[in-house]
Amino acid sequence: MSDPQTEVLSQAFELGFTYTRSTGPIVGRFLTGLRDRQIVGIRGSDGRVIVPPMEYDPVTAAALDEFVPVGQRGEVTTWSWVKYPREKHLLDHPFAWALIQLDGADIPMLHMVDAGDESVMKTGMKVEVRWADEPRGHISDIACFVPFVEEA
Amino acid sequence: MTTEKTEEREPITGMEAPLYLKYKFTAGESTAKFLSQLKLGRLTGQRCPICSQVYVPARGSCARCGVATNETVELSDKATIQSFTIVHIPIPGNALQPPYIVANLVPDGANISFIHLLSECDNEAVHIGMRVEAVWKPEEEWDYAMENISYFRPLDEPDVPIDEIGR
Amino acid sequence: MKDIAVIAFSQSDSVADAGANNEVELIMPVVSDALGQVGFKSAQDVDFTCSGSCDYLQGAAFAFVSGVDALGAVPPIKESHVEMDAAWALYESWLKIQMGQAESALIYGFGKSSPGELPHVLTLQMDPYYVAPLWADTIGMAALQARTMLDAGAITEEDMANVVSRSRRNALSNPHAQLSGDYDVETLLAEDTYLSPLRRHDCCPSSDGASAMVICTVERAREMGVKYAVIRGIDHRIETHHLGARDLTVSSSTRTAGERAGVFEAPVEVAELYAPFSHQELILSRSLDLDGDVDINPSGGVLAGNMMMASGLSRIGEVAQRIMAGDYQRGLAHATSGACLQHNLVTVLEGV
Repeated sequence: MSDPQTEVLSQAFELGFTYTRSTGPIVGRFLTGLRDRQIVGIRGSDGRVIVPPMEYDPVTAAALDEFVPVGQRGEVTTWSWVKYPREKHLLDHPFAWALIQLDGADIPMLHMVDAGDESVMKTGMKVEVRWADEPRGHISDIACFVPFVEEA
Repeated sequence: MTTEKTEEREPITGMEAPLYLKYKFTAGESTAKFLSQLKLGRLTGQRCPICSQVYVPARGSCARCGVATNETVELSDKATIQSFTIVHIPIPGNALQPPYIVANLVPDGANISFIHLLSECDNEAVHIGMRVEAVWKPEEEWDYAMENISYFRPLDEPDVPIDEIGR
Repeated sequence: MKDIAVIAFSQSDSVADAGANNEVELIMPVVSDALGQVGFKSAQDVDFTCSGSCDYLQGAAFAFVSGVDALGAVPPIKESHVEMDAAWALYESWLKIQMGQAESALIYGFGKSSPGELPHVLTLQMDPYYVAPLWADTIGMAALQARTMLDAGAITEEDMANVVSRSRRNALSNPHAQLSGDYDVETLLAEDTYLSPLRRHDCCPSSDGASAMVICTVERAREMGVKYAVIRGIDHRIETHHLGARDLTVSSSTRTAGERAGVFEAPVEVAELYAPFSHQELILSRSLDLDGDVDINPSGGVLAGNMMMASGLSRIGEVAQRIMAGDYQRGLAHATSGACLQHNLVTVLEGV
């Protein structure tokens, strides 16, 4: 028989990976801290404080276990400006991705800065945590960071 | 400020990490051809240019020879049972009430089986080599879907010997 | 170490949407073409077959198993798969031959990114505790890296635009390219930012496509009397998943992989670098000490078309083909995986 004209048939669908992950003692300690609105890092082999805490040193691979409390304010070491947030992003308006070095930490952490406008963003700017209304032990307990101006 | 409450709580040992992603699945050329014909009430397969085996539903290649299958072949909606199983356990989300039969069926004109349901039959009497025919939904309900065929039911025809099924 | 030869390579066009083509239909033309270049008919004619793909791209479970339908795997073949770019499938095949378990191999990679939202599909490769739940996207992370470079004074926006301009111009002579054209730096810089500091043209397009390669021992290639390029060295290295713990202005893993692959033992004339973002080409060429005498990305690179899971293998194929054609005597190819060049593979190829 002759081949029929090929139609392009497509179907939208959503795929869900509905996992619950075990945290282990290191990630669990960090998330437990977040639930109490506290942030802890971990001391690496070279003495530097890593936030969020890693289970193993990124250079020596040694198991790490010395938790170090760090501050809720810090400095933006680099950033990018999400002018067009995607549906999945946790903020529904333009925001910055940033690496933020918290007071007392030596390794910066990735999070968002809700700065309102790109012109507010500067490398080296000070930011502080904005906590979620009901922390539950999740990285999004830090809702985002916001610019912080030190009082004169 | 929430110290008292905090002390009662167990440390975090797990976190929910649901991830949902949206996709737009595209059927592929050979699958689209198969589904388009199915919408018209026809079962079609594709023949391998080398070994002449007819695949249904075809995926665009002969898995044996590793070549494209371009020749479309119209198949009968009568088939032979190559294998089957009687399902006794309910499956979440499945509307069918157990026990029911899922079978590998080789339609006349094809060499490869596909999976469909059997009904209107005595489950205990179903056997390999049994002849069956498609029971189609009403034409106005036909879509690009295998569900256009509600199920297969037994035919009053002699069995096909096992070593001749799909030959 | 055995010298192993690349004897055939084929790749599809890079297209934004391959539409009505399933994985078999994407793979079959390039696999048939690559095998046919050396007179082979199917995967039966090689000792080992290895593929690279990622089912998350199209959201179809076990698409890589379906892909085997394109090979002619009856009677059964020795087959393996990496959930990575097919450059790593080449690495596995290279090891298989080094171990004496095979003398020849077919490698292929395919990716259909169009069904999903690639920057978020790739979120799934990030840390699942600290990063993925924020839906960190690949473009946003690359932009952080670009800003680090700009802030450090290591590059300028003009440098980035120059990379794009050359890529698009080189791609004019690449029939498989998705994006090509003559764009001067001023025109590119006049565009607004997309995900600051990146402009849209600093980012590779999302592409569907496939590529395939046949390799064998040099002895076998000589017996067959076919043209070939020799894999002189191949190595891959990875860095920590903690973005903040990495120096994003350099690629230390690329450097180490390059050293182990023998890049610095003699000058290279050509390099194909897997840089999905313009600034990353500058990081890579510096990490590999590539100076102005080296032809970088003569194909246009992945800024001209980025077939996820195939473009790494294509970088190696692009260099091998040019060496087999006699255009160059010694070159390197680079493949990457992960956010901000986390995991890198370097291959050194030479002519006979």
